[in-house]
Order: sequence, then structure tokens, then C-alpha cells
Amino acid sequence: MNVAAGHGASVRIEACGKTFADGTRALEPATLDIACGETLVLLGPSGCGKTTMLRIIAGLELPDAGGRVLFDGKDMTSVPIEKRNVGMVFQSYALFPNMSVADNIGYGLKIRGIGRPERAARVAELVALTNIAGLESRRIDQLSGGQRQRVALARAVAIRPGILLLDEPLTALDAALRDRLRGELNRLLRALGITTIYVTHDQAEAMELGDRIVVMRKGSIAQIGTPREIYFAPESRFVAEFIGAANIVEAPVENGYLVLPGGRQAIGLEVSQSAAVAMIRPETIAIVDAAGAPLSGIIDSVSFIGDRQRMIVSGASSRPLAVDAPNTVKVKAGERVGLLIVPDAVRLLPPES
Amino acid sequence: MRDRLIFSGQLVFTLGVAAFLVVPAVLSISAGVTVNYFRGISSGVTLQWVFQVWDLYADTILLSFLIAFAALAVTLLIGVPAAYALHTHGGRLSRIVEEVITLPIAIPGLAIALALLLTYGGFRSFRGSWLFIVAGHVIFTMPFMVRSVMAVFATVDVRTLDEGAASLGASPARRFLDVIVPNATPGILAGALMVITLSLGEFNLTWMLHTPLTKTLPIGLADSYASMRLEVASAYTLIFFIMIIPLLIAMQIFADRGQGR
Repeated sequence: MNVAAGHGASVRIEACGKTFADGTRALEPATLDIACGETLVLLGPSGCGKTTMLRIIAGLELPDAGGRVLFDGKDMTSVPIEKRNVGMVFQSYALFPNMSVADNIGYGLKIRGIGRPERAARVAELVALTNIAGLESRRIDQLSGGQRQRVALARAVAIRPGILLLDEPLTALDAALRDRLRGELNRLLRALGITTIYVTHDQAEAMELGDRIVVMRKGSIAQIGTPREIYFAPESRFVAEFIGAANIVEAPVENGYLVLPGGRQAIGLEVSQSAAVAMIRPETIAIVDAAGAPLSGIIDSVSFIGDRQRMIVSGASSRPLAVDAPNTVKVKAGERVGLLIVPDAVRLLPPES
Repeated sequence: MRDRLIFSGQLVFTLGVAAFLVVPAVLSISAGVTVNYFRGISSGVTLQWVFQVWDLYADTILLSFLIAFAALAVTLLIGVPAAYALHTHGGRLSRIVEEVITLPIAIPGLAIALALLLTYGGFRSFRGSWLFIVAGHVIFTMPFMVRSVMAVFATVDVRTLDEGAASLGASPARRFLDVIVPNATPGILAGALMVITLSLGEFNLTWMLHTPLTKTLPIGLADSYASMRLEVASAYTLIFFIMIIPLLIAMQIFADRGQGR
């Protein structure tokens, strides 16, 4: 389908910070490159500056003096949003209540002076693409949340934008719908090939959709990397704890071994540190027989989650460890178990971060 | 039994209050179609007073409408964009501006008229024209337009709608016309009806600002009360009623519809 494939522009933001009129610093000066056709996710808790960064790229906010926004190498800093050719999906969708679904989707084309027949064809194409056939003449207040989300996306994509900006597009939906739309959105973004910047606080969305993820915290970039890098090799305690579940273990390292109350754990690096901070994901810890295991502890509690069971094991480390076991393993609270961790799964984090 | 008594008491009281308010209006209107008010309705029913009023004061009625619609045009052209600007900018300055716009409601019309006369009375041709009255009416009715449009903006997220339209390439003027105005329609309609009714009935300001050549309907009404038979003045009231009541009903309908959204 001839939708907008290959229309992506590259984006560069240079030293873009944002201080609001009341003096709050929403964004520390940040520099970021986004390649043509890439899907970049800005991920972080609320108030971390991710939406501000998106709005600067969109042209809805001006960066503080010194900051620059470049599209395909062209300085767009002072160009208003209406001349940037960006498609945007807002958290509240911002659909026009005074227009039908079809008129909403076709609005950007109308503005561009595209004639009625061509507009209708394009709208029909997008209606099919986003699975909203039959709703064209509905009013916006007659649509469900999921339908509104699709209309908003269709409207943003209709103008063949160089860059697609999505601000928490799934947050307003309930969990089941969110999961389904996330999959649909992913396929659609891959098919379109538009450079996409996606803001979310939901790590599952970030993992599934992002080619790269920018984890943000308190107005600064905490880490940039592929989903795998962010998950397996967090560079800070904040990133480790924000993405997925993580055990943070504070213990000395001696010649490549974490020295823990419940035993010694190899970390795969020949180093020594008097006070190290290490991250171990719960699913990388295997339950083995206590006898002969390098590390052991006592099960405090077992919660059956369905696809797995989560145990809290104390005694192995200074703080209880979360351990995920397959749902078929027979374990019960009070048992002494051995813990087996492959050395690669232990990640040393920089000292206070 | 006791509930019944309370209910009957309340009913009588309510009907009494209603009668207190309605009877004078009915009497006044009936006087306008009575041949001789002092002999009562038995003297016969006639439309001659109504026709006489029309002959004598048709021009004041037409001028009133001209002024009302002119004031409406100005409040629309200035008030709607102003309401939008005040809403989107927010902050303390906007609050102050809003208060200043609202002040004329609290200040007596006579004082406003005096200020206008002191300031612009020297411009003879302006002072003598009906536009001078329009200026006064705009000052007086503007807060009603701005307020009712702002009330709608507070319920619709116009700022995000505006950003949405901007992201699709629409210029500020285009956004205002395509997205902001259509979504503020209930407030604009309510404000417009308010401006029209207030302008048609405005007396204080107009009385100070008018010249013998620029008399509006309420001024004519005062004039006829002062110098004509009671029947003529009453017939005048009747005409005023006939014109203003449909507007008030329309206003109520729009207000209800606005709330039902």
C-alpha cells in the first residue's frame, strides 16, 4: 500500500533545554540524534521532561537560548509547528468535535489544498489501514477510546509527515485494548517507515515499539540504547529499577566474586571493589538444590503469577532477593534453596548513580 | 395531613409571588389595547394605540435594532478573539484584563456615559451619530460576550485542539476559524443573544448619550410615558415585549442546550 513509506526525516536536537516562565527547569540541555525511519521512545516517569522534549521537536515549545532543532540538517528551531510537516498524536487525541471522522482525517490535506477526490481517496486508504471502516461519517463523541486513538493516528499520518510524534497515545485506554493497539501500532509504524518519536511512561510500550529508548529522569537523559541494552546493561541504578524488575545488591567484590551473606557469586569480571552495587534480574536466578550451591537462602514467600512464580528469598544477600521460577517448579515458603546465577547476568552499576 | 398543609402553604405563597410579578405586566399590556384605560376593558379593545406608537416611534425601534446588531458585530469581532487570547495566555495579566472588561457591569451606566461624553463629546460628528451609542453599548455588553465564550473554552480543551490543527499545517487564522470558533458556538450564541437583549433594553447609558435624532426604543418609551396618554406608553411596552420575549426564550433554549452537552 502506498502510504508514506520512506518519508522519514532525520532529527537532531542540540543543547535543547527548557526553563518555563515560572523558573522551573523542565529539561536540562540535551543533545540527541534520531536517524531516518527510526522509532525512538522517550521513556520516563511523569515530570521527567519527555513531553517537553517532544514538544520542542514538534515546535510547540521553544528551547532555551542556544538550543537548536534540525530536521535533515536544516535548522527548524524558529519554524512554527504548522510549517514543520510533523504528524502528531496527542494524549487526549485533540480530535475536532465539530468535524466527522473523515473530515478529521482529511483536515491536514484540505489545509494543503488537496482537491476533494484525492482527499477522499487518501482518507479511504487510511481508514482501511487503521481498521476504522464504517465510521467515516460518525461524530467524534460517538467513538470509543480505541476508535478515537485510531482516528488520531490516521489524521497524523494522512499528511505524509516526515516525522511522527506520539505523546502517550495509548495511556487513555484500558489495559487489554492498550496491549492490542500496541501490537497494531508497531506493525503500522514499521510499515510506514516514518521517523517516529514516541513518548511513554510504560516500559512495555517502550520495549516493543522502540528501535532505541531514551530513558529520562528529572529533565536529563539517563541512558540511550536499544531495548536490549537498556534492559541487560543499565548504566545506573535508576534505569535498572525503572525498567523491569531488578535486585540491587550492595556488597564488596573480591577478585571477581560478590561476597554475600549467603555465599559467593561470580560476576565474570576480574575486579575488586570494597563497595559495589550490582543488578541481578529475578528471571536470571535459577533455583537449585541447596547442597553444593554457591549461594543459598530461605524462601520467604511465593506468589503464583500465572506464567511464572515470584519468590522472595532472604539470607542470600543483605536484602531479600526477588527470584522468578518457572510456574511448574514446586517450591514453598520456609524451604532452603540454592540460587544459581550465570556470571554474565550480574551487572555492576557505577557507584552512586 | 401536615405535609399537605405545608405544600398548600408553599403553593399559595409561590402563586402569590408569581402573581405579584406577572399582574403588572399583564395590566400594562392590556392597557395598551384598551380604548380607554380609565373606563377599563369594557370600553373596548383596539389596536389603534399600537399603530399610533408605530407611526410615532418606528424609527426608534429600527434604530434600536441597528444599534443592537452593530454592538453585536463589534463584540463578536473583538470579544471572541479576546476571549480566546485570555483563555490561552492565562496567568495574572489575563485575570486582570478579564476583571477590567467586566467592570462596566458594576459601574453605573450613567458614570460610563459621563466618561464617554467627557472624552469624546468634543468630536461633534461622532457624538451626534448613533455610533456613539453603539460605543457605549459595546462597553456595556462586551463582558457578557467574553464571559460566555470563555465559559465554553473552559469546558472544551481548545488549546490542544488548536495545537492539533497547527500540527496539521493550519495557520493561526485558519485554526481560529476552522476549530476554535465552531467549538465555541454555544457560548458565542448565548453571548450574542445576551448582547442583543441587553442592547435593546439599555436605558441608563443611552439616555445620557442620545440626541433628539438618535433615540432608541427604551428612550422613546420613557418619552411616551412622560408626554403621551397612558395607553400609548402601554402599547409601546407591548411592542417591546413582543420583540424581546422571543429573544429571551431563544436564549434560554441555547443555554439549556449548552449545559446538556
